[in-house]
Amino acid sequence: MVTRNAEYKLHIPSQTDNLELIRNFVSGVAKKVGFGNEDINKIELALDEACTNVIEHAYRDLDKGDIDIAIKVDYQKFVILVTDKGKSFPFKELEIPDMKQYLAELRVGGLGVYLMKSLMDEVEYHSEPGVKNEVRMVKYFLNKD
Amino acid sequence: MSAFEVRRKDADTVSVLYLKGYLDAHTAPDFEQALQNLVDENRVCIVVNMEELSYISSAGLGVFMGFIEDIRTKGGDIKLAELTEKVYRVFDLLGFPVLYDIFEKEMEAIEKYKEG
Repeated sequence: MVTRNAEYKLHIPSQTDNLELIRNFVSGVAKKVGFGNEDINKIELALDEACTNVIEHAYRDLDKGDIDIAIKVDYQKFVILVTDKGKSFPFKELEIPDMKQYLAELRVGGLGVYLMKSLMDEVEYHSEPGVKNEVRMVKYFLNKD
Repeated sequence: MSAFEVRRKDADTVSVLYLKGYLDAHTAPDFEQALQNLVDENRVCIVVNMEELSYISSAGLGVFMGFIEDIRTKGGDIKLAELTEKVYRVFDLLGFPVLYDIFEKEMEAIEKYKEG
């Protein structure tokens, strides 16, 4: 029977060599709660992008930091919270309003935020400078695209 | 087994890079170095074979974006071949098929260079 009222957590050092472990964690939970392969791939990539932003931006100039990942599952949705205590991330500035224009300019960077928003049903970023930053991403179970 | 491998094959004026495993923020520098080596040797007619690439994130896509302008200015190109459906979906989501030549078979990409 599919468990759909549970919370799963991972507390992990902010290092790129942990990305594979992070992806395995979230894809394992997504599979357990009943998502198909296509959605699992989307969720896995979205979380990779969120954590890569933490590693490369939030903790960029710091020796070390940790990432807290919490997955909360209920009967309607799969919610991922990614929390760090590093620098705020210029989330809004990195939004790509027009991908065709972006590609035409051959720009680099900002693709991660675009991917997160394309892959998940909801993506929000909340920052309390000096305290914590949090990305909240949601995938609904009944959403068919 | 390492998470990511990049092998290279030079055939006449075309160089093929074979990517295997996971291309993410951890492994992207290896791919970047392989492309940089080709540029340094002025081998700019490049095919990237992704048959064995099981995963790509924006860090990997960023490497393509970072090199394409320089390589085209030098008269070359980066052509993509043999993408799995999972990897192709990510390229497609970002509209990359507009910007890059994508081929089902490596040989087709190589032939395209020979056509000039």
